[in-house]
Amino acid sequence: MGDVWRQFRRDKMAVVGMGVLAIIILSLLVGPLVYGVPGDEIDFTQASLGPSWQHWFGTNDLGQDQLARVLWGGRISLAVGVSAIALAIFLGVGIGAVAGFCGGVIDTILMRITDLCLALPQLPLLLLVVYLFRDAIKAVAGPEWGIFYLVIFVIGGLNWMPVARLVRAGFLTVRQMDYVAAARSLGASPMRLIWVHILPNAIGPVIVAATLGVGNAIITESTLSFLGLGFPPDVPTWGRMLYEAKDYLDSAPHMAIFPGTVIFLTVLSINYIGDGLRDAIDPKTR
Amino acid sequence: MNRYLIKRLLISIPTLIAISAVIFTVLALAPGDPLGEFATNPSLTAEVRENIRKSLGLDLPIYIRYFKWVGAFLQGDMGYSFNSRSPVSELIIQRLPATLFVVGSAYIVGVLVAFPLGIVSAIKRYSIIDQITTTLGLIWFSLPTFFTGLLVILLFSVQLKWLPSMYDSTLEVRDWASFGAMVKQCILPVGVLGLYQAARLMRFIRASVLEQLNQEYVRTAYAKGLSGMRVIFRHVLRNALIPVVTLVALDVPGVFTGALVTEQVFRVPGIGALLIDSIYRSDTPVVMGITFIYAILIVLFNLVADILYSLLDPRVEY
Repeated sequence: MGDVWRQFRRDKMAVVGMGVLAIIILSLLVGPLVYGVPGDEIDFTQASLGPSWQHWFGTNDLGQDQLARVLWGGRISLAVGVSAIALAIFLGVGIGAVAGFCGGVIDTILMRITDLCLALPQLPLLLLVVYLFRDAIKAVAGPEWGIFYLVIFVIGGLNWMPVARLVRAGFLTVRQMDYVAAARSLGASPMRLIWVHILPNAIGPVIVAATLGVGNAIITESTLSFLGLGFPPDVPTWGRMLYEAKDYLDSAPHMAIFPGTVIFLTVLSINYIGDGLRDAIDPKTR
Repeated sequence: MNRYLIKRLLISIPTLIAISAVIFTVLALAPGDPLGEFATNPSLTAEVRENIRKSLGLDLPIYIRYFKWVGAFLQGDMGYSFNSRSPVSELIIQRLPATLFVVGSAYIVGVLVAFPLGIVSAIKRYSIIDQITTTLGLIWFSLPTFFTGLLVILLFSVQLKWLPSMYDSTLEVRDWASFGAMVKQCILPVGVLGLYQAARLMRFIRASVLEQLNQEYVRTAYAKGLSGMRVIFRHVLRNALIPVVTLVALDVPGVFTGALVTEQVFRVPGIGALLIDSIYRSDTPVVMGITFIYAILIVLFNLVADILYSLLDPRVEY
């Protein structure tokens, strides 16, 4: 692990990315407390103002402060990205581990399912499921949490396949090694073999995929919101803010520029971190 | 080879059946009623509503509706739109040219940009050119297309007023002036979509070429005294581009679904825009038809990629 860190530190851009991401996360956590302006207060006398000292990122068409909204919405965008990928990793590692460890018929069936899911048209299906089921889940879990769970569930449920393949491939390679055979002959149970001996040695590529996946999930959530199929209007995720901004491009361009730039910076730093991790973990590229 | 081809084709069929079943079930199990608009209309009695349901075949069990849909689809009949009452296939064919044109040109732009840049940045690793292209590539790759779309509209349409922000599909190319207008209205959507694709592809090409450069056969080729150009073109690229060619094929469906967003930003009236409109209107037959066409594209290009791979790489057993 120390080895990976040392290698990672040598990649300047990855370290910069980590710094930028840390600043963004920190501002999302502390920002709303320090920046005293509320983001949900409607004031038409203050509508569509450019950036100023009172409103750093300007205001939107309803006179709501954009910086407060970016900070508040960012928590949700980031939470969605991380949770959706956590779900995808959970599913992917589970399915990949079972397939790679058991082999035989189970492996064939699970990999067929994986192939099938990979052939599903992701974005259209995502739009469809969110649109069709959002009213039903709103009734069960409330308007905000309902959509939150639904989006996480759908993005996670459509992104586990590459992870499952990576884990399975890792298992197939590691399973053959002598130290696993030694552990098995010493009487290690299958669970112990998987958790202690095989998984830690097959997890490297999964970490990289997870990092890059978070960036992707943030973009996917923003895309949904941008198409008007994400969170309700009072939950200002970054994509939602761009969706609102697109009709005011000529009169209030700042409404698009600030949220868009924040998405871009977040995803860019995550991608740099992911690239750095890959170079650090994969010994082939050293 | 023929046996492999047949086997691969046979595997595609159950995949398509399973995908259509998944999409159909999602649509059928959804809590919303496709007749939602009618349900709230007070001038319709329950009896009339029931008759409409029957005429649309919605009173039958799911699996029978599914089989009826498959049977009709195989004959090229995708049903009628709930909304406009015209055949789904007709609606799709109306919208297809705009999508094909934008997606096709974007893809060509993407490939033309990505290949030279990816190859050069791999060969001249760590040079200035490499650093600039990889940085720009990662930046462009991290920019969501809906944001770049808005940015270029802001810059080129709102500020500079050089290019139109909306795509006019009624424009016909008759003379040089209308041809110029066509080119102008395509630059933004094609540029945004094409460069995003190029960024993705370039990263992949660079990685693929780099992987080959470390191989022993490259060292042997240099040791034999071959010139640099010859080693690159005759040896390295031939091997490095095998996975790239398959990726180019695999990515085609992704560009179609990616065009969903671009079409929405630039108001291109393609099938992506039709899909989103139909989703909003709960127009199930149209949604089912378009989503399934995307699925067919994915399966088809997976097949193309596999066949290309086996043709290009003699090491692959089939």
